Order: sequence, then structure tokens, then C-alpha cells
Amino acid sequence: MPLEVFPANFKNLEKIRDFFAQAARKAGFDEEAVYDIEMAADEAAANIIDHAYGGENLGIIECSYEMMQDGIQIVLHDHGKSFDPELIVPPDVTSDPCSRKPRGLGLYFMQKLMDEVKFTFNGDGGNILIMKKYKENPVENSSR
Amino acid sequence: MEIKTTPLKRCILLEVDGRIDSSTAPQLADTFDEITEGGEFHIVFDMSKVEFISSAGLWVMVTAQKKCKRFNRGELYLASVPKRIYDALDLAGFIPYYKVFDSATEAVGSF
Repeated sequence: MPLEVFPANFKNLEKIRDFFAQAARKAGFDEEAVYDIEMAADEAAANIIDHAYGGENLGIIECSYEMMQDGIQIVLHDHGKSFDPELIVPPDVTSDPCSRKPRGLGLYFMQKLMDEVKFTFNGDGGNILIMKKYKENPVENSSR
Repeated sequence: MEIKTTPLKRCILLEVDGRIDSSTAPQLADTFDEITEGGEFHIVFDMSKVEFISSAGLWVMVTAQKKCKRFNRGELYLASVPKRIYDALDLAGFIPYYKVFDSATEAVGSF
């Protein structure tokens, strides 16, 4: 499983996006899906910096991916505070943006753009976020 | 990310070249603040060269629109919005909040 470790700061978001974008291209996703994966990874990494670590340069983000026959699994692992997605109130995207609190969109985007989003908190091991995206037209000889 | 602002007769044209994420969004916020603190509330944001925008960038745009529309003193128009950026705005439910134009020329002419 290819792995790269990035210091958790906003300047590295571009590198993190590029890391996963290259993997998605290698997996055979079209550019629209590559963008979805980049965006989900960006929102995930920004949330880790903002919420798990509570600021920049207070930890690392370990990024890895695994090719699946019908898609890709991307993993972001941090060592910050535990994150419980159940505590995040989903944004009401039908309401006036001015009346909304500027938060909650990151997780919402991740869930909309990826097919599976799963968080696990591993005690001292930190948070492990696993996101999967499936190809719309998997290869014919897929085992599915 | 590069930001260019061009004062025109009836508005300010804002062009961004590059990626707007949590690293660069504060720079965009500062630019919007400079424009509105200078007393200009009619802004056209030409997004043709925006390659990426995250929720951090989308919220900067909402804050700018809020400031522009206050007291009916102006508005932030969007122009030449790439499909992926449009899709992100749509997913967030922000599209009804903006007038979106096919070109900056058209947007500028609408003020």
C-alpha cells in the first residue's frame, strides 16, 4: 500500500490532493472522478488540521491508498483528537447561506463525492479515515 | 494562486488564477475585504482560471456576497464558472445566492 507522510499544515493540502489524484488516475478514473477524490481528500485533510490537531504543524497526516478491482480506497491517518462524525450536524443546503454557520460542509462533501466514508478512532493510534470510490463502469472481468 | 483586480467604471473585476483551498482562501478573503473596505460593493468574480475550490473558498465567497448585498448596496456576480466549481457551489446549495454569467463581459455589463 503506497504511503506518504505529510506535516499537517495547509500548505501541504496541494501535495495531499496531488498524491491522491495521481493514484486515482493510475486506477483509471476519469478527470471528473479524480476531481471528486481530490476534493474529498482536501476536505478531510483540512478537517484533520482544524479539528483533530486544532491548528497547523501540530502533527502529521499519513496518506495511503489501495487499488481495488472496481475502484480505489484512500486512507488518511492522524494522531489528533478523536473525531466522531455523528456529532457533526449536517448542513441544511436549502437554507440561505448567510444564515448558516460556516462549517459542516467538509464532511458533507466527502460523503457526497465518495461512495463510502468511514471513521475509526484507534485510541493512541489516532483517527483513521477510509474513503472508497467505485468506478461507474468497472472492468468487464471484475469479480463483482 | 494569483489574484488580479481591475477597477472598472461600475464595478471591480476580480480574477483568480489557481487553486483556492484553506492555504490560499485567506488571501482571497483579504482581497474581498480590501475591495469592500474601499467602498466598492459591485464585484464581478471571473472564475475561468480557478482550478480548484474547497469549502474554505466557498465560505469566503459567501462572506463577500453577504457584505456586498448588505443595505442593497451591491452584489457579487460570478462569471465563467468552470463546471467542477459550479458543481461544488451547487452541492453546497450556494447557486441560488449568485447571479452566474457565461462571461465576465456580460456580468460587467449587467451592473
